[in-house]
Parts: sequence; C-alpha cells; structure tokens
Amino acid sequence: MRLSELNWLFLLSLRFSYVLLTLLTFSPMARPARAQENPYIVAYDHNLEEPGSLEIEYFSTLGTQRGGPNYHAFWSEFEYGATAWWTTEFYLDGQTTFGESTIFTGYRLENRVRPLKDEHFINPVLYVEFENVNEADKIMKEVEGHDVESDYLVPNGVARQEKARELEFKLILSRNYKGWNFTQNTIAAKNLSNHPWEFGYALGASRPLALKGAAHRCNFCGQHFIAGVEMYGGLGDRYSFGLHDTSHYLAPGLAWNLPSGWTFRVEPTFGLNDQSHRFLLRWGVSYEIPGFGRMAGSLFKGRE
Amino acid sequence: MRITTFLAISFLAFATLALRAQDASKPKESVYTELEKVPDKNKRMKNPLANDPDAAAAGRVLFEEHCEECHGKAGMGGRKAPSLRTEEVQNAAPGAIFWILANGVVRKRMPVWSKLPDPQRWQLVSFIKSMGAAGTGSDTAKTP
Repeated sequence: MRLSELNWLFLLSLRFSYVLLTLLTFSPMARPARAQENPYIVAYDHNLEEPGSLEIEYFSTLGTQRGGPNYHAFWSEFEYGATAWWTTEFYLDGQTTFGESTIFTGYRLENRVRPLKDEHFINPVLYVEFENVNEADKIMKEVEGHDVESDYLVPNGVARQEKARELEFKLILSRNYKGWNFTQNTIAAKNLSNHPWEFGYALGASRPLALKGAAHRCNFCGQHFIAGVEMYGGLGDRYSFGLHDTSHYLAPGLAWNLPSGWTFRVEPTFGLNDQSHRFLLRWGVSYEIPGFGRMAGSLFKGRE
Repeated sequence: MRITTFLAISFLAFATLALRAQDASKPKESVYTELEKVPDKNKRMKNPLANDPDAAAAGRVLFEEHCEECHGKAGMGGRKAPSLRTEEVQNAAPGAIFWILANGVVRKRMPVWSKLPDPQRWQLVSFIKSMGAAGTGSDTAKTP
C-alpha cells in the first residue's frame, strides 16, 4: 500500500471521529452515560470498559524538542467492552512535525483481559497489543527500552521509511482503595524483526475530588473531577536492563467526567532526566456510547 | 495492498469476536443466585449512609448515570440486566448489594464498580433499597 493511500485512510478516519464526536454532542443519543475515567494517558488501571459500550477517544501530545522542531502527535482510539472481563481497542496514529509534514504513522490493536472474576487486594489485567507503526510515530503511548529524546530528531521523510511491527505485553496490577486508584504497569515489547526484548514501566495514583455523589445532577461537582499523577519510563532491554540511558517522565493530570458521557483529560508532562523531552502537553477528549454492541447487533440481526 | 487486507481482516475478526462474546456470555442460571454467594462477613456490613437523608437522592443520580442503561428505568430490568425490584434484591442485605457492586459478576456481564468510591456505592445501595419491590422483573439477563 502506498503512503499516500495510508495518509488518505488515516485522514478519513480522523475526520470520521471528529464528525462522529460533533454529531454525538447534539444527538438524542447524548443521554446520561457512565464515564468515570481516571486521568492517566499512559498507565492503565484494572477498570475495563463496560460491556457493550464503545468509547471514541482523541488524544494529542504537544512535544518540545531540543535540537529540532517541536511536534504535535495525535491518535484516535476506539475502545469497546466486549464483555465485563475483556476490552478491545483500535488506534490510528499520526503526527505533525512543525516545519516538516503531517503524516499517518500506523495503527494498533489492543486487548485487555481480566483473569480473576472478583475484586482482590491487587487486581491483575493482562494486556496484549500488536502495533504496526513507522519510526516517525511520536504518540508516546508508552516508553520502553532505550527511548530517548534524540530519537525524535530524525526527519519524517526518513523515519517513516522504517517500519516497526511490534508485539507488546503488559501486566497491569491495580487497586481501588478508599476512593484512590493505585496502578503499576510492567511492559515487555518485542519488535518482530531482529530486535531484543525491551522493557518499560508506568505507575499511577488518582482520586476523585469528592467521594460522595451529589444529590442533584451537576457538571462541576467534585465527584466528576479526578486528579492524579503518573510516572513512566523505560527499563532498557534484555542486554542492558535498568533505568539508565532511557527517558523518564512525571505527569500530574486531571480528568473531568461529565454525566453526559464526555471526558476531558489534561496532563502536563515533565522529563526527569537529560534523555527525556523537557516538556509535553497531553490532552484528550472522549465520548462513551453505552449500548453500542446492542445497536450494532440489531443492524445485523434485524431486530432491536 | 497487503497491509489494507490485513487491517481489514483484523478489524473484522476483532469486531466479530467482540460482538459474539456478548452472546457467549449468556447466563444459564438465575442472576439472583449471586446475592446468595456473597460472603457472610460482607452481608453483615451496615450501610454507613443509612441515616443520611440525601443518600437515596444521590444514589438516584448515580443510578441514572451508571446503571439505568442496563437495569432499565426505575430498575425494572432491561435487555441486558435483571430487575432490581424483585423480592430477591429488595430483601437482600445492604452489604450483599454493596459487595456485588464492588466485585461485579463479570462472567454474567455485570461490570465491577469498584472505581466508584465506597460512599457512592453505598448511596447506590440506599437508592436501590428505597425503590421497593414491584412485582415481576426479568429473572435472567437478556442479551441483545
């Protein structure tokens, strides 16, 4: 497939998600839904998508770059709750490097499975992702191996030529306790070409501003705001494991979960060492469609 | 066109699997038996908001946001989840309902609601118990 076709496909999908998000704002489908999302952009917790619900998400990362042009990386995410224990997602990634170009950088398929049926002291979730991106991808959905800021200096025209087909596994260990969520992700990734296993981590903690629900419907009540912080970075590869020669980030964040099903997230991100970007501004907007599976199913089964 | 074909096949396969998974998880027994399986120590838990005059009202708002989609308006049951107005639920210990909210019944499509803080789950319990019994409901969750 030619790159121009991929760009066309990506831009079409991105426009589709914009149009869908706009239509949903004014649609009768915009009824009370159940958004209750944590502010994390990189870390995952054990709270899966509700069964039958589809969440359409758009995220942006504005990245500063020493020694080169800044960039804006963005992705669309379609997250579907197949069952109460299985969530599947599809991503489309792209980026604009200022003064260079805007390009489609690839797609990702992701699955999260909750192996234990009840809530435990610590709740594991298994994560498997296949990604087919090129080296110009800058969304930083995770940091792994020896990812460093200077990797992003390669011009788009060169970086997009190199493919990165990768399998990524995560062990997500998370707990909800007295209103808090604590989560820890261990990442292991394998480029399907001849590259060593790479590792990474993400840690997160968050809490709603109010634990009790308000007795009336409101958009600005404390219960709808969840503040948190996440920290993530690389752990090297199988030949050189550790915290050295890789990047690490600290990111305080805030999520605003509106009763209408919309969620807004913002997360200023700070690099913690010389290998990291100094500053990233990350934000996202998402809308949850409850009962999407039923609606889609009725299209094929010929009944409501 | 190999990438396009792979992308299309992958997407269709995942969509089919995901949609079929809903049918595969059809419950075979009464969903209310889950209330009986709640550990005794959890059943004995008291609702700390039992005397809070606003608890049921706050629970109603939470119910509309998180539960109504499946359990239907006024908890009368929907296509995906059973009625909460049956004797089984209304006579259940508050602690048992709280435990079900915290743990879900994930094999029967009831999500885990531990992401709601404890006070909000107790508010939901207050509202559910305030609804009272209302005759027949759907005994088992129907899938689309």
